[in-house]
Amino acid sequence: MLLIACPWCGPRDEAEFHYGGQAHVAYPEDPAALSDEEWARYLFFRDNPEGLFAERWSHTAGCRRWFNAVRDTATNEIHAVYRAGEPRPVIA
Amino acid sequence: MSERSERTGGAAAQPHRREGASGRVLRFRFDGREYEGLEGDTLASALLANGVRAVASSIRLGRPRGVYAAGSEEPNALVQIEEPFPEPMLQATTVELYDGLVATGLPGQGRLADRPDPARYDAVHAHCDVLVVGAGPAGIAAAGVAARAGARVILADERPEPGGSLLGTAETLDGRPGREWAAEEVAALAALPEVRVLRRTTVLGHYDDNHVIAVERRTNHLGAAAPADVARERVWRIRAGRVVLATGGHERFVAFAGNDLPGVMLAGAARTYANHYRVLPGRRAVVFTTNDSAYAAALDLADAGVEIAAIADVRQAPGEAWAARCAERGLEVLTGHVVTAAKGEGEVSSVEVASREGGQAREIPADLLLVSGGWTPVVHLFSQAGGTLRYDEELGAFTPGETRQAVEAAGFARGVRTLRACLEDGAEAGRRALAAAGFAVPAGPAVPSGTAVPSAGEEPAAAPAEHLWLVEAPGDGGDYGTHFVDLQRDVTVGEVLRAVGAGLTSVEHVKRYTTAGTAHDQGKTSGLLTGGVVAHALGVDVAELGTTTFRAPYTPVSFAALAGRDRGPLHDPVRVTAMHEWHVARGALFENVGQWKRPWYYPRRGEGPGEDPGEDMEAAVLRECRAAREDVAAMDASTLGKIDVVGPDAAVLLDRLYTNMMSTLKVGSIRYGVMCRPDGMVFDDGTVIRLADDRFLVTTTTGNAAAVLDWMEEWLQTEWPDLRVCCTSVTEQWATVALVGPRSREVLARLAPGLAVDNDSFPFMTWRDAEVAGIEARVCRISFSGELAYEINVSSWSGLALWEAVMASGEVTPYGTETMHVLRAEKGFPIVGQDTDGTVTPQDLGMEWIVSKKKADFVGKRSFARADTSRPDRKHLVGLLPEDPGVLLPEGAHLVETSALPEPPVPTLGFVTSSYRSAALGRTFALALVSGGRERVGERLYAPVGADLVPVTVTSHVLYDPEGARRDG
Amino acid sequence: MSPGTPSPETQGRRTPGADLPDHPDRLWRSAEPKRAYDVVIVGGGGHGLATAYYLAKNHGITDVAVLERGWLAGGNMARNTTIIRSNYLWDESAGIYEHALKLWEGLEEDLGYPLLFSQRGVLNLAHSLQDVRDSVRRVNANRLNGVDAEWLTPEQVKEVCPIVDVSPDVRYPVLGGTYQPRAGIAKHDYVAWGFAKAAADLGVDMIEHCEVTGLDVRDGRVTGVQTTRGPIAAGKVALAAAGHSSVVAGYAGVSLPLQSHPLQALVSELLEPVHPTVVMSNAVHVYVSQAHKGELVMGAGIDAANSYRRRGAFHIIERQMSAALELFPVFARAHVLRTWGGVVDVTPDASPVVGLTPVEDLYVNCGWGTGGFKATPGVGWCYAHTVATGEPHPLNAPFSLDRFTTGKLVDEHGAAAVAH
Repeated sequence: MLLIACPWCGPRDEAEFHYGGQAHVAYPEDPAALSDEEWARYLFFRDNPEGLFAERWSHTAGCRRWFNAVRDTATNEIHAVYRAGEPRPVIA
Repeated sequence: MSERSERTGGAAAQPHRREGASGRVLRFRFDGREYEGLEGDTLASALLANGVRAVASSIRLGRPRGVYAAGSEEPNALVQIEEPFPEPMLQATTVELYDGLVATGLPGQGRLADRPDPARYDAVHAHCDVLVVGAGPAGIAAAGVAARAGARVILADERPEPGGSLLGTAETLDGRPGREWAAEEVAALAALPEVRVLRRTTVLGHYDDNHVIAVERRTNHLGAAAPADVARERVWRIRAGRVVLATGGHERFVAFAGNDLPGVMLAGAARTYANHYRVLPGRRAVVFTTNDSAYAAALDLADAGVEIAAIADVRQAPGEAWAARCAERGLEVLTGHVVTAAKGEGEVSSVEVASREGGQAREIPADLLLVSGGWTPVVHLFSQAGGTLRYDEELGAFTPGETRQAVEAAGFARGVRTLRACLEDGAEAGRRALAAAGFAVPAGPAVPSGTAVPSAGEEPAAAPAEHLWLVEAPGDGGDYGTHFVDLQRDVTVGEVLRAVGAGLTSVEHVKRYTTAGTAHDQGKTSGLLTGGVVAHALGVDVAELGTTTFRAPYTPVSFAALAGRDRGPLHDPVRVTAMHEWHVARGALFENVGQWKRPWYYPRRGEGPGEDPGEDMEAAVLRECRAAREDVAAMDASTLGKIDVVGPDAAVLLDRLYTNMMSTLKVGSIRYGVMCRPDGMVFDDGTVIRLADDRFLVTTTTGNAAAVLDWMEEWLQTEWPDLRVCCTSVTEQWATVALVGPRSREVLARLAPGLAVDNDSFPFMTWRDAEVAGIEARVCRISFSGELAYEINVSSWSGLALWEAVMASGEVTPYGTETMHVLRAEKGFPIVGQDTDGTVTPQDLGMEWIVSKKKADFVGKRSFARADTSRPDRKHLVGLLPEDPGVLLPEGAHLVETSALPEPPVPTLGFVTSSYRSAALGRTFALALVSGGRERVGERLYAPVGADLVPVTVTSHVLYDPEGARRDG
Repeated sequence: MSPGTPSPETQGRRTPGADLPDHPDRLWRSAEPKRAYDVVIVGGGGHGLATAYYLAKNHGITDVAVLERGWLAGGNMARNTTIIRSNYLWDESAGIYEHALKLWEGLEEDLGYPLLFSQRGVLNLAHSLQDVRDSVRRVNANRLNGVDAEWLTPEQVKEVCPIVDVSPDVRYPVLGGTYQPRAGIAKHDYVAWGFAKAAADLGVDMIEHCEVTGLDVRDGRVTGVQTTRGPIAAGKVALAAAGHSSVVAGYAGVSLPLQSHPLQALVSELLEPVHPTVVMSNAVHVYVSQAHKGELVMGAGIDAANSYRRRGAFHIIERQMSAALELFPVFARAHVLRTWGGVVDVTPDASPVVGLTPVEDLYVNCGWGTGGFKATPGVGWCYAHTVATGEPHPLNAPFSLDRFTTGKLVDEHGAAAVAH
């Protein structure tokens, strides 16, 4: 049970959150202009690193806001949380 | 026997009980015999007091096994509780004795009860600045420092009383017995407002971010006297700022021939039995040790009256102080000696001792063999927390290394040896925890106030231990066949050697080859020994070989404790509508739809006993369907998801999420819509009501209400934060009654005299606010049956009143979800989740009309252009008419082309999604997803049902009133 | 008798079935890596080992190295709940899993190794009317595919597994179940070691503690691997790295539609036999069998968040226990002895990816999620064919990477997990 610091509510148990996978994957500007390969990439392919990963969470049992976190998937350590729309912080 | 059980207490009844033992006498039964013990006993100490040596038999070899240890590390003495309630496989050393306990020794497998467990279980969350695990000297010191500075402290210990190692060693502190010191210290801590002391509480798992799981055994020790309303076991879910692991150590044994015989016991355990439980585990003992600690045990046992026949020390130079004390007492110390074998029939009767330099072995008569192969710090939780371990040469064991979490070990758990040093180390850990938690660290003595720690002179200087894993005398068979490394799994040195000989070089592989370390005790006493023997066999260093992984739980935990209160009705929330009580009273049967209980159908009850059994489901549903098509009927539709979508850009949002256009919907009107996922597959459907330019009420399927709200919020917040829209779930704020049938207008007109209900004033797919039965209501003219129908929405508070008003005249037939399904299927309306399965597009459902060509984009649009979504042979929703109109196809039946089945694999053309008897059609029918189905209308296909192939004709999915003539009444 | 004498009940009792067959006296020797191999298999789990075996046995390719970063078969092969079944919904899935099951049925003999393959049947329970529809649909699909399958009423479920609570007054009553009699369990270590020994006996090198740190790609073709024990040249490279597939494929610039998640499992203490079959319930997230020695083996749910940490969160175990007791009230006082986690690689359609990659001579087998163990011999067979011939075997052809582009998914997930 991770302890996740919601940028709006503070630290809460993981069970209050919904996971949203990789962050910063924007819906394509013009899907019709994409090739099938490019569209498939948007639909189905996400990064899966062993290490730092910028990912989305939603505080579903709290403020219901989506936000982003940078977590190390090898250790589960959360290095940063930041609000949706903010740039990914640089982790030293 | 009866005479025996009449007696109460006394040395005669407990021949191995020391003089001066006191406490209430408790009676218990073990393996069919009556015994007596004393309050404060464990089952193990009580059995030892009664001279019971063999407690269980081993799993593979059926060898008798006795009590080996005195705590939760016990590998041997496994018992089954029979009374007061069967519980499999507990260690006799951790079962607190109570009156009326009935237990049997286990031969390896436990037995489950064949009746439900009546006990209660629960769970609580707790937060603290500092969690201290273990209430021994280091733990008490750490907790004391932290607690007195005002930190929120939880101190948890697995035993019934605090003290840890002090309970067994009988050391004194402040001139008091250690046990009393611990009790007083902990009582003082418990009195502080921010401190919680948890006794009988095992910390069993250490997870990410210092999430620590513990289980408190609250009433087990009370036996049949346990109050029924108190949870038997309680899970503590603790989030700790910092964790101090003062978990002490486990003594380990040595592999020599016959090291499993009853009468062989860890030296420290024997000391605990003599000092703490006032029990003598034997009369004449040989001591076998690799280190100084067994000397204290030997001296304590000698003081208690056990004859110490000899002390075999593998070292040439034991601690001088200990040697001197032994000399004073006339105890023979054989330096440079090993025990080559424990001998005896079923229990130890003699011990074979030999010099390590060779020469004649000496056989010493004894009924007790105390073994100390050194002490292993308990690093389980530290390792679970992600900490690394490093090998401590001096200790011959792994100790905590680095960790990323806010956790540290203190006292012997990190290899600190003496009592004084453990107290100081615990206090230091307490200070660090305080500092980390942001408290001012108090100045003052290194150890808790008022505690006089043992002076250096009181604790003899230790001589280094020698790390001996294996006595290289192969035993009688010459195969190391009774040199056990894992007593519980019956794994011998011989088998470890065979594993290594087979080519295995990893300790994990050897563990799997031999099953060592996989038993109930998870290798607490044997893990390092196994590693030592493997290292020896491979000719490598133990340090290099490493350990196997430490996994939760630290000690076994009952399924029921983890399940807690989340059972039966509380397993998952039950959601009911405002009208639920009425449905129950009317005798409805219910269907689980998500968490909701929905009326399934309302069978007419039989009139009196005998002739009239009442309706079955088929009869009830046919009757309900007829009422809806021919008369008037009503359904509780309150469970449909309802979302208020509000804001200047609400229409833009809905245009992007629905496949069809919602922005063109006029205020006062209603439109049906479908949502797809980005992959183009149908996600949900429902109606959209435009309440104002900037306000819509969206309805969803019952099961998807939360998912659709999540969906809207996700898109809004993560992709389109520029849209000014708010979404609010109002599912539970509204109660909804669907009023259906040709006479529904007439009923509504009566209930809502102020509402113009004629077709021109209130056309299809519009809504009106009105007073219905005197209740403020929103009435929608929509139909999921094809009939003239209204959905009347009122505040949930008034839901029951509305329903009762609708039902008051007795002319409206209540109907349930089954009838709703039949009615909509007759009209070819699909149910998302029943007629779709996550692989179905709107086009597959025959709904090209709902996929906008005008909108530049909406979620899912791009996927319709992929190769697979434009295949002509995709499965289409079609109708099926069995050629025999009385045959009802099973839902889930498949369809094939041929009238006889070839050998498998036979390609399927599709399958039946919905199948019913139709009152309106006067026959059975079905909906199905069929490959290229729309091009097959009129074709005959076959449904394999059991051994038969049922011929069916493919039709349009709209079977009833295809021209839509009935919706206006 | 004196009180100290062992009673007849305790003395000399033996536990039937608590003993397992011995492993052979000789298994494999961990090899030193050579400078080059015809085929390098990355990942010494069940799939990698089975692939090596069938490459050697079916295709005569024995200049093969299996590279394992830890100890052989120490990943998901050592961590799964050993359920074997082939009652999958879609024809494509049924094809490969049924092929596997047929191989399982002759595998002990083929490998000359006791695998404790026990065809005790698998029950998949249904708890809602939609579960029932989906289950019947699957049974009928199975039958057309020649997979043994039956639909059982609650009473019949009770006959197959008497300890299941089929009473109607629980939160989610059992409305029936599907039953595959030929399904069952095997002993995972025995399976892995059986393949490892058989492959090693045919000349395959088992190289342990050898982590792949890079893939050498020249002109769109893979030529070897970089490892912690030096570079190894390879004619072909076959990935079988399960949860770490994304990381390894990434060395060649190949991205895979995978997300890696922790999956937990647990065992109880050894218990007298109470549970004669395997019970799975998707709706309440339980799968449980009683293994050969008597321990209950249960799988828990997957952690929602990606992670390579072989440790899940505890609330998932707690949730699973409450579900287990709903189905099996007699388990109340059984004890959880040990929990553990593995890292599973999950695809968007919950079906695997087995086949070619955009890089020549580089092959991929991944995405088995929670279902890889049962497929071991089947995928080993097909993957070996794919690697040996450069063309997918007909049974793994539907599981190509390009299905994500065309949209022709094999959506076991979509078909099994829908709301209504």
